[in-house]
Amino acid sequence: MKRTGDSLLLILGILVLWQVLYWLAGDIALTSPTGTAEHLWKLLGTARFWGHAAETARAFAFAVAISLVGGVALGVLLGLNRTSGVVSEPILIALYSLPKVTLYPLVLLCFGLGMSAKVAFGAMHGLIPVTIFTMKAIMQIKPVFWRTAHVMRLTPRQMAFTIALPAVLPEVIVGARLGFSLTLLGVLIGEMFASQRGLGFMIMSAMGLGDMATIMAVAVFLSVFAIAANALLMWLDRAIPR
Amino acid sequence: MNRRILSREGWIRLAVIVASTAAFEALCRAGFIPRTAVLPPSEMATSLWHILRTGEYNKDILSTLQNVVASAALSVTFGFAFGVVLHALPRLRATVEPLLASYYAIPTFMFYPVFIVVFGVSSRAIIAIAVLLSIVAMIASTLTGLDRIPRVLRKTALIYRMSTPKRAVLIDFPAAAPHLFTGIKLAFAYAFIGVIASEFILSGQGIGYAIAYAYNNFDNRNMYGLMLLVILLATAANTALDTIDRRLQNRSRR
Repeated sequence: MKRTGDSLLLILGILVLWQVLYWLAGDIALTSPTGTAEHLWKLLGTARFWGHAAETARAFAFAVAISLVGGVALGVLLGLNRTSGVVSEPILIALYSLPKVTLYPLVLLCFGLGMSAKVAFGAMHGLIPVTIFTMKAIMQIKPVFWRTAHVMRLTPRQMAFTIALPAVLPEVIVGARLGFSLTLLGVLIGEMFASQRGLGFMIMSAMGLGDMATIMAVAVFLSVFAIAANALLMWLDRAIPR
Repeated sequence: MNRRILSREGWIRLAVIVASTAAFEALCRAGFIPRTAVLPPSEMATSLWHILRTGEYNKDILSTLQNVVASAALSVTFGFAFGVVLHALPRLRATVEPLLASYYAIPTFMFYPVFIVVFGVSSRAIIAIAVLLSIVAMIASTLTGLDRIPRVLRKTALIYRMSTPKRAVLIDFPAAAPHLFTGIKLAFAYAFIGVIASEFILSGQGIGYAIAYAYNNFDNRNMYGLMLLVILLATAANTALDTIDRRLQNRSRR
């Protein structure tokens, strides 16, 4: 109960801060919370908005699927062997902290404009954190678990489902949470540069028109979606029995 | 074990990197990857060398580095200050904690246009977005650092009857330092990402802008040279900070 109260307080605090900023910065820079809500409500009623949102959702779904499946597979593959794990970790971390926007032209030249470039760009952002977390989780499984499994003569299949999976699941969910938000960011940035559809494009074209209300409304819509998804994954993380 | 120049894994890693670069080069040279899409790594390197020697992009490089340093410095300073304040006020902290936990889920760049309207197309808008992106990492690290100060150290301070400022300088700060450094490392990495990405989206100068400009003009040579520069800069800076970070973490575990 106290947690809910705190969250409400936080939201209220953010709204008050926003309103104050609005009074300070004025109409050109920001729209007020109520103005943004109104505009968002109006946008939600238009088919144009949902067309863009569906396009983003489709690219995002593909990219997240690639990030999660690919990241977990790659992480398991690299983590099972200690040497390959130790060898690849710094390389993965270096790739992770690279400003991947820089590589955008490369992605465009390889994939062309459109859907596949967006998906590739999103997956590029999300794949590596999932890989890193899965790999570290596999490497950190206590050796005694494996020995116990040998003593009990478990088949590889049993080992995977009764030992490896439960042991790595919490870490993988943390990785998935990070991968999820980074993939979303990747897809949106991709749409901002080279797309004629999607919410990122909508923001970019609103930016060209100086249409602050639309920028704020779409940004808020995306933030609420991202925070809700994040909260869901965090809840999932807590719900797993340890 | 760190005394040797490279461990066994280090050598393998080096071999992997060299081999993949060589394979990439071979694929490009053999024509499997069209030249219109990607240049062979050797040509990227010569282009980078040319860029650095002629000084053609010095202004852009300098402006990017200045923005990164300014944003990282602002984030570290204010992030540390906010962290200390939040740590001192548990009630406020409990309220803000969910925001800190889900902050990086928010696509911050979507708010870049707002800053452009407020500050104009300028370094200030870029620094604002980079700070917004990096400050929370510093706040979180400061909180972790202050949380993890061993209680025995606090008790020792009590026994020595240290005043609060003295305890802060002699006990709290050194004890939290490794985590603070992790925060600095993250702030730096995020600031770099923030600056380059904002320059890319909309700006008048900087490496990100130069790459976008070269891309729009089909100037692959300069584009890949600059891209290589960004990759090398980011990797070098992050590896250096990461090495120091690991040393500090190991020392505190003893």
